Amino acid sequence: MFAYIIRRLIGAVVMLLLVSLVTFGIFFWLPKLAGQTTDQIAAGFVGKAPTPEAIQDTKERLGLDDPVLVQYGDYLKGIVAGRDYKAGPTTDKCPAPCFGYSFRSSQPVRETLVDRAPATASLALGAAIIWLAGGITIGVISALRRGSLWDRAAMFIALSGVSLPIYFTGLVSLALFSYSLEIFPGGGSYKDFTDDPVRWFQSLVLPWVTLAFLYAAMYARLTRAGMLETMNEDYIRTARAKGLPEKTVVTKHALRASLTPIMTVFGLDLGLLLGGAVLTESTFGIPGLGRLAIDSIRSGDLPMVLGVTLITSISIVVINLIVDLLYAIVDPRVRLG
Amino acid sequence: MNKMRPFAVLAAGVLAAAGLAACGGGDDEGGSGSGPGYNAGVNEVVSKSDKKGGTLKLATSDDWDAPDPGNTYYAFSQNFARLYGRGLTTFDPKAGDASLKVVPDLATDLGQASDGGKTWTYKLRTGVKYDDGSTVTSKDVKYAVERSNFSEELQNGPKYFKQYLVDNDPAYKGPYDDKSDEGLKSIETPDDQTIVFHLNEPFQEFDYLVAMSQTMPVPKAKDTGLKYESAIVSSGPYKVDNYTRGKAMTLSRNPHWNQSTDPIRKALPDKIEVQLKQNADDIDQRLLAGSLDMDITGVGVQSGTQPKVLAAEQKPYVDNPVQGFLRFMSLNVHVKPLDNKHCRIAVQYATDKVAAQTAYGGPLAGGDVATTVLPPTVAGYSKFDLYPQKQAEGGGLDQATLAKAKQELQQCGQPNGFTTKISARSDRPKEVAMAQAIQQSLAKVGIKTEIVQFPAGDYFSKYVGVPKYVHDHGIGMMIMAWAADWPTGYGFLQQIVHGEAIKPSGGNNLAELDDPGVNKALDDAIQNPDEAARLKAYGEADKLVMGTAAEVPLIYAKALMYRPKRASNVGITYSYGGMYDYLNMGVTE
Repeated sequence: MFAYIIRRLIGAVVMLLLVSLVTFGIFFWLPKLAGQTTDQIAAGFVGKAPTPEAIQDTKERLGLDDPVLVQYGDYLKGIVAGRDYKAGPTTDKCPAPCFGYSFRSSQPVRETLVDRAPATASLALGAAIIWLAGGITIGVISALRRGSLWDRAAMFIALSGVSLPIYFTGLVSLALFSYSLEIFPGGGSYKDFTDDPVRWFQSLVLPWVTLAFLYAAMYARLTRAGMLETMNEDYIRTARAKGLPEKTVVTKHALRASLTPIMTVFGLDLGLLLGGAVLTESTFGIPGLGRLAIDSIRSGDLPMVLGVTLITSISIVVINLIVDLLYAIVDPRVRLG
Repeated sequence: MNKMRPFAVLAAGVLAAAGLAACGGGDDEGGSGSGPGYNAGVNEVVSKSDKKGGTLKLATSDDWDAPDPGNTYYAFSQNFARLYGRGLTTFDPKAGDASLKVVPDLATDLGQASDGGKTWTYKLRTGVKYDDGSTVTSKDVKYAVERSNFSEELQNGPKYFKQYLVDNDPAYKGPYDDKSDEGLKSIETPDDQTIVFHLNEPFQEFDYLVAMSQTMPVPKAKDTGLKYESAIVSSGPYKVDNYTRGKAMTLSRNPHWNQSTDPIRKALPDKIEVQLKQNADDIDQRLLAGSLDMDITGVGVQSGTQPKVLAAEQKPYVDNPVQGFLRFMSLNVHVKPLDNKHCRIAVQYATDKVAAQTAYGGPLAGGDVATTVLPPTVAGYSKFDLYPQKQAEGGGLDQATLAKAKQELQQCGQPNGFTTKISARSDRPKEVAMAQAIQQSLAKVGIKTEIVQFPAGDYFSKYVGVPKYVHDHGIGMMIMAWAADWPTGYGFLQQIVHGEAIKPSGGNNLAELDDPGVNKALDDAIQNPDEAARLKAYGEADKLVMGTAAEVPLIYAKALMYRPKRASNVGITYSYGGMYDYLNMGVTE
């Protein structure tokens, strides 16, 4: 098991290096290949009527004229050893791991990521608990009562959940529960847990439910399909023939086997969400990584885009490692090695 | 391209306009609610109050380029910065035309011009203090101008001071690289209350330049360069307690601000909160629900909210001002066949501006049909129409107008029309719809166009603001919008039609107009100390621009602005592009 974890961690580091190289290439190298000059890139980071001097100053400050490989080398060096940045009258020291400075705001990328990550993690983890509990429960019951009114109603709601976009369900829920019934605070009310735990909880209830509604629907359908398949397996018939109680058959035999594919999907979904739930964050005004990513892409803030991409990749790698380790616990047939 | 799309967009636009007209009537009726009245805040400050206390709750779907007064360009930022900073002058916090007047702020009076307008002297008020209790001096104003215009690091704001002030020899490198005590020699501070600017040419609107936030004083010892935005030293009635990019800003009273030094500010609320990067539709919901006092972006409510605010009970809380923006289409004078003036005139006649207006949201949410480059809210505006159009009874341009366009096409040697490209910003659906409407109307005289779309963030820096790209890709027509850096003819026109505004990238003179007559008219006007003559000259310069036919004015932008019931002292300022003036806003509850 230990050797397996070490191998996976080494693989993860290599993969993150590849991701950073590819991302760096996409955002720093491809535009140059497409004929974009560094003057044009720099013009995006000065005022609305840039002078040639301002563009030249900005190019120098951002190091845009350096060869892309040199820029990538500096980036990696910053992660390992930190880097300096001239902020004006003083030179700012960005300690390792330093992911560079935002082209737009000149703030250290790492500081911004650390500032935004708790909001995204709060949103993703809370929603994940709700959708896992809700989705699996509904899926199991639907499978056990296949063809019943419950099954049809549950699958209809699930289909609605998958079909309705978050910016619709989110705005409707805000209009209803925040501005009409005034049960929950409205958009933009998010506070960090450490600042105001009560407000943190209140402000996240609607986003959790809205996000979970979408995912629970998918998980319910996934669970139902898995359970229906498993329940027809020979070993389930054997378990029943041995006289095991139905509850034991369902939970210990059928559900455990059905959980493996759900865990795989869950690992990917949660990993992606930890890199930012773009629509939910935008709809509810939550200052998380997703909104940061969108804003950074729109404004061409390459270091920030790179930072969010790496965080997302790290989340996916780590969550999937955990999922792989959990396979062995959930399904005894799986052996790691 | 989907051929049905333009029709669908047009139909949607017509329906939206009809819906708005049905809801709002398009007139100045006040609706049946009990508020101050429809458009009441356009020419008068409404809900007047001197009641102090409470928290003013603001939000925006955007963020500052930087809240550092020396590193910002955004109009809402210039408007808002006056809460925590005081420039030498500012704009009168009144509504409508009265808001265009420049008044002294940190200075005791407007500038004293000498040397034919090349030297400007200001006296500072005594007793003005920062939030740390130290006294504001003229050296801090000089330092603020130096850091904002000459440093390599602060690049968001305009560089007019660098352009117009006499430079050192060798060139001044800014206070971060040039550590000498003297700094920029062309700004003198003979004593703590006096500051003298020496310009390289006469510039009669210098009082407007010093109204920019770049003259808000910054003590050298407290300057942290790019990090100053999170540690701003306040000289206004409020201090910045916290600014977190992408999240929020909070302000509270500056304990050392003294009302006796500040005749224009009321400083009503105890606290001001600004939530950043909020969902625009949700902001509207909160405005209507009364849980938010203002959207400081200042561009009006979203399309989905427009019918709601025009309903009878909400309409008395709505203003529909002209915003100081012109939406127009530049015709590049180097892209064939638009290098021929007659081809450009043909486009002037064949562009159905009513269709463009409808596509952009109609007369209320889109704006009024434009015939000049200068909008009516800019000082120097003169009403004229060199290329008059008429609408046919069933819609579209009438035959006489189309005949004029065809006649011009004959004269430019393209009797059957020609082919070119129209650009629009892909993430601005109304602008794309406008391009589609123009595409349809031009097709009626044989001008075939392909619409090319680029993201707004890169529009000027990488595409249409790059002459080489425009020439290489044959983009003859480019849709854009423009608002003045300061609300006079020179402030509006110089950056979009003067030959000096043509840049290798990121420029705004998309037509690449370098007409000696236009250039001279603007250069002469700005040197003229006679204000009335200067303003008249701007109207003449506008006529010269339209005479080249290189710019097709489409609409004078308007917006539906919502005035929440809780907010007090609410009025439209034309000096910041037709948004509400935030200087004296308070809360009534």
